[in-house]
Amino acid sequence: MGNYKDKIRNFCIIAHIDHGKSTLADRIIEMTGVLTTREMQAQVLDNMDLERERGITIKAQTVRCIYKADDGEEYILNLIDTPGHVDFNYEVSRSLAACEGAVLVVDAAQGIEAQTLANVYLALDHDLEVFPVINKIDLPSAEPERVINEIEDVIGIEAMDAPLISAKQGLNIKDVLEMIVKKVPAPKGDEEAPLKGLIFDSIYDSYKGVIVYMRVMDGSIKPGERIKMLATGAEADVVEVGTFGPGRYMPCDELKAGMVGYITASLKNVKDTRIGDTITKASRPCTEALPGYKKVQSMVYCGMYPADGAHYQDLKDALEKLQLNDASINYEPETSIALGFGFRCGFLGLLHLEIAQERLEREYNLDLVTTAPSVIYHVYKTNGDMIELTNPTNLPDASEIDHMEEPFVSAEIMVTTEFVGAIMTLCQERRGIYKSIEYIEKTRALLKYDMPLNEIIYDFFDALKSRSKGYASFDYELKEYVPSKLVKLDILINHEEVDALSFIVHADSAYDRGRRMCEKLKDEIPRHMFEIPIQAAIGSKIIARETVKAVRKDVLAKCYGGDISRKKKLLEKQKEGKKRMRQIGSVEVPQKAFMSVLKLDEE
Amino acid sequence: MEKELGVYVHIPFCVRKCNYCDFLSFPSCKEERKAYVKALLEEISYYSSFINAHKLKTVYFGGGTPSLLDTEDLKLIFDAVTINQDRKGICDFDTFEATIEVNPGTVDYDKLKRMKEIGFNRLSIGLQSVNDDELKLMGRIHTYEDFLNTYSFARKAGFENINIDIISSLPYQTEEKYLNTLNTVISLEPEHISSYSLIIEEGTLFFEKYANGDFLPDEDTDRAFYKMTNDILEKHGYHRYEISNYSKHNFQSRHNSSYWTGKEYLGVGLGASSLVGNERRTNTAFIKEYLKWTDLIKKTVALENGVKNAKDLALCNGLYEVTEVLSKKDKMSEFMILGLRMTEGIKKSEFRRQFGKEIEEVFGKELKENIKNGTIVTKDDVIRLSEFGLDVSNRVFCDFL
Repeated sequence: MGNYKDKIRNFCIIAHIDHGKSTLADRIIEMTGVLTTREMQAQVLDNMDLERERGITIKAQTVRCIYKADDGEEYILNLIDTPGHVDFNYEVSRSLAACEGAVLVVDAAQGIEAQTLANVYLALDHDLEVFPVINKIDLPSAEPERVINEIEDVIGIEAMDAPLISAKQGLNIKDVLEMIVKKVPAPKGDEEAPLKGLIFDSIYDSYKGVIVYMRVMDGSIKPGERIKMLATGAEADVVEVGTFGPGRYMPCDELKAGMVGYITASLKNVKDTRIGDTITKASRPCTEALPGYKKVQSMVYCGMYPADGAHYQDLKDALEKLQLNDASINYEPETSIALGFGFRCGFLGLLHLEIAQERLEREYNLDLVTTAPSVIYHVYKTNGDMIELTNPTNLPDASEIDHMEEPFVSAEIMVTTEFVGAIMTLCQERRGIYKSIEYIEKTRALLKYDMPLNEIIYDFFDALKSRSKGYASFDYELKEYVPSKLVKLDILINHEEVDALSFIVHADSAYDRGRRMCEKLKDEIPRHMFEIPIQAAIGSKIIARETVKAVRKDVLAKCYGGDISRKKKLLEKQKEGKKRMRQIGSVEVPQKAFMSVLKLDEE
Repeated sequence: MEKELGVYVHIPFCVRKCNYCDFLSFPSCKEERKAYVKALLEEISYYSSFINAHKLKTVYFGGGTPSLLDTEDLKLIFDAVTINQDRKGICDFDTFEATIEVNPGTVDYDKLKRMKEIGFNRLSIGLQSVNDDELKLMGRIHTYEDFLNTYSFARKAGFENINIDIISSLPYQTEEKYLNTLNTVISLEPEHISSYSLIIEEGTLFFEKYANGDFLPDEDTDRAFYKMTNDILEKHGYHRYEISNYSKHNFQSRHNSSYWTGKEYLGVGLGASSLVGNERRTNTAFIKEYLKWTDLIKKTVALENGVKNAKDLALCNGLYEVTEVLSKKDKMSEFMILGLRMTEGIKKSEFRRQFGKEIEEVFGKELKENIKNGTIVTKDDVIRLSEFGLDVSNRVFCDFL
C-alpha cells in the first residue's frame, strides 16, 4: 500500500495565447467524469465574463479531478490553470510553484510562439517537468512533425512522444491524462512537519468571505486551527478546508502535504492574504518561508475617478473588493484639481489595467474617468533624493531635478520573416534598441529589443498586430532603469493647467504628442460661448495650440404654442449633456475627453 | 374679470409638402377635408362652454394651408369658435385678432374677400423667398409672381394687417439673394414680417440633403443675415419684438405673443396643443383617431359642465393626452424661457406678481452668470437678452430649465 501522495498529481497547463489551453482543461474535466457533458459550459475554467469575451484566462483557476488510469488505480489530478498574459507573470510563477509538472500545449499549425518560450522557461525555473502536447492536429494546416522538431530544437525538451490531440474535438485526450499520471512526479512533503502552505491565489466570495487557494507543502491543516501568514503576520482561525470541484467548493476534514485546496478563515482584512505568502500554524510555525514571495510590483499607474464625485465611496469599496480577488492591484487616494477625489491605481500592465477598469464598470456599476497610464519614473533630485514617480503631477520643479530614469524592458518578438522589416521599423519608432535577431527556422525570426516601457503601455500590442497582420507574438520582462531625456507635458485649457492630462514623455516625441493631444481635445471639447485655447506646454513654453471656436449661434428660430413641450425637451437634452461634464475653470469638459487622449494613435 | 383666451385651429392639409417642413401637414382629397371639418366642429362644440367661460381675444387658423378649405367650411369653423362672443367685439380689431395663414396659389380675390367677411382681420402669407430658384429648391408650389397677386388681392379685399414669412440661411443662399428677399418684402410694406433662420428638421428632405451642413451658409453668415435683418428692418420702421418677429407699431401678433407670456390657449384640430390651467395637452396626431370626434358626440349628449367633462371623455378615448402638468417651478421656468424670447424681456414685478417670490430668490445664480457672460442685460424692472444672448438663447434657456 503506497502513500496517499502517490495518487496525487499537481500540474498546470501552459501555452501561448489561443493555443488551446482552456479547451484542453475543459476536456480533461469532462474526461475525468466529475462533470456531465450537459453541465459543461464552454471553457469551464474561464468563468469571468470578461475572460470569456477576451478569450484569455486572467485568474488562476483550479480544479480537482478523479481519474481512473489504465493501471486500474484512481488518481487525484489537481489542475491549476494559469493566467495567460505577460502582465500576470508573477501569478503564473506562484501557480507553477504549486505544481510538480507542466503540460505544454503547442499549436500544431503555429508552432512555438513568444509566450510558449516565456512560459517554458518560467516552468523550468521552478524545476517543473515539462511535457509537450501538440494540439489542433485536426486543422488542415497542422504540421505536427515540424512542430515536434521545433520544440526539440528550440526548447531542447523531448517531444517525440508528445500526444497529438485535438482538444476541440476531444481527440486523444486520454493520452494526455495517462502522460500526466505516468510522468508528472507525485508530490513530496512531510505531513508530520510544521504546516507550510503556499498561497497561489485568493478570491472573495460573498458567502464564504476570503477564500485562500493553497498548496500544502508540509504538514496539515484542519478547521478550528489557528493559522499565521509569514509575510503579513496576520493570524486567523480556520473555518473550513476543502478541495475544488468543478465550479464549486467541496469541504473536507483536512488538507495534508501534497494536496491542493482552499481554506476559509476569520480573516478580517483581505490584504492579509498575499499571493506567494506562506501559511503556517500559529501554534507550531515553520521556521522558514517558501521561496519566491515578493510583493507584486505594479508597472503601470493611472488615476481613476468616479465620473460623479458623489460615488467616491462606491469606488473605494469596489476597489477594495476587487483587490480581494486581485491582490496585484494597488491603490492610494489622490486628489486632482480637474477630477476631484479619486485613486492612483497600480497595475501589472495595460491589459491588467483595462480589465480592472472594465470590471469596476461592469461588476460594480461604476462610471469611471481614467487618466493616461504612466510607468514609474525614477527622479533623482539635486539634493540626492530619489523619487519613484507614479503621477506626473508630482514631478518636482525642473530646477530640483538632476536627472530622470525610465524603465526599459527586454522584449522578444516572434514574427514570420516577411514582417521583420515592418516590426523593426515599429520598434525603432518606439525608441527600441536592437539587440539581436535569430531565425528559428526558415520562415520565422525572434527579434530582441530593449524598449522603454512607456512606449509599450499605450498601444504597442495593437500596432504589432496590425503591422504583422496578426503574425507577431510578443513577450517582455522588466530589465533596468535607464537615464533618459524626459519632460513633463502639460495641457492648458483656457489657460488653466489640467493636472489630469499631464504626462511624462521623451523630449524627442514631446512636440508630436503635444500637437496630437491638442487636436484630439479640440474635437472633444464642445464649443462654449467664448473661444477656448488648448495648449500643450513644457514648463512655461507653449509647444502646440489649438482653438475651440466660440459658439456663434444656438437658437431655435421658431417656438409657438404647438411645440413648446417639444422645444423644452430639446433644451432639457442639451442641459443633460452639460451635466455629464467636468468643470475646469469656466470650461466644461466631457468625461470622455480625458480618456480620448489615451488613444492618440488610432487613426 | 373673465380670463382671456386664444384659440388655435389646425388645418393639416396642403397641396404638397415643402422640402423643409416638419409640421403636421399632408396632401388630401375633398372627402377627407369634409370629414375633418365635421370632426373639428364637434371638437369645438365640446369646448364651447370652456371658450364661453373666457374672453376670446385671438383666433389663429394655422397649418398646413388653412386657405385650402372652402370658404363655407372656414365660416362654419370661425362661427363655431366665436359663437357666443360679443359680435361687436369680434368685428373690432382693437379687441379681437383673427389670423389665417394663406399660401400663394391657393386663393383668389373672391376667396380673400370672403375671408374678410367671415371675420378674419389678419393674414399671414407664406412667401419664404422672392427668388424663384429658392422657392423651387424648397418645394414651394408658387412663384414670386403668384405671391404678388395674392398680396395685391389681399390688400384689395381690405386686409390691413398682413404678415409675410421669409426664411434666411437657405441652402446655397448668398447675402445678395437674402437681401433681395428682405428688401423686396419691405418695399411691399406689410405690417408684420417673420424672418426665420432655417432649421433643418429630422425627417424632412432637407435633412437628408443638407444635414451635414456642406451647402448651408455657415454660422457666421447666418448671424450676419440675422443682424442685417434687424438693422434694415429697424431702419424701415419695423421693430423686432421676438427672436424672429418684426412688426410696425401696434402690429405685433397678439396671438403668438400670448404663447410667450404664458396665457391660456386652446388648440383644436389634429395634433394641436393647448395650455389649459396647468396642463399642456396635445391632440392625437392620427387623422383616423381624430375623426372619432364625430362618433363621440353622438354617444354623449349633455356636456354642459364645460371643459372638465369633455376632458375626461376625450382623454379616455385617446383624442388628446396631457403631455405636461406644470408645477410652480415649471411655470417659473417657462416664464423665463418663453418671456425672454421677447426682446422687451420680462419684468421682475410681473414675476413677483405671478409667483409671490423675488426673481433673484429663484434664479439669482443663473441671472448673475448670464449677466457676467453678457447674454442677459437688466435695467430697473426689466430683464432681457442681449444681442449676443439672442444668438445663443438656447444656452441661456438651459440655465433656467
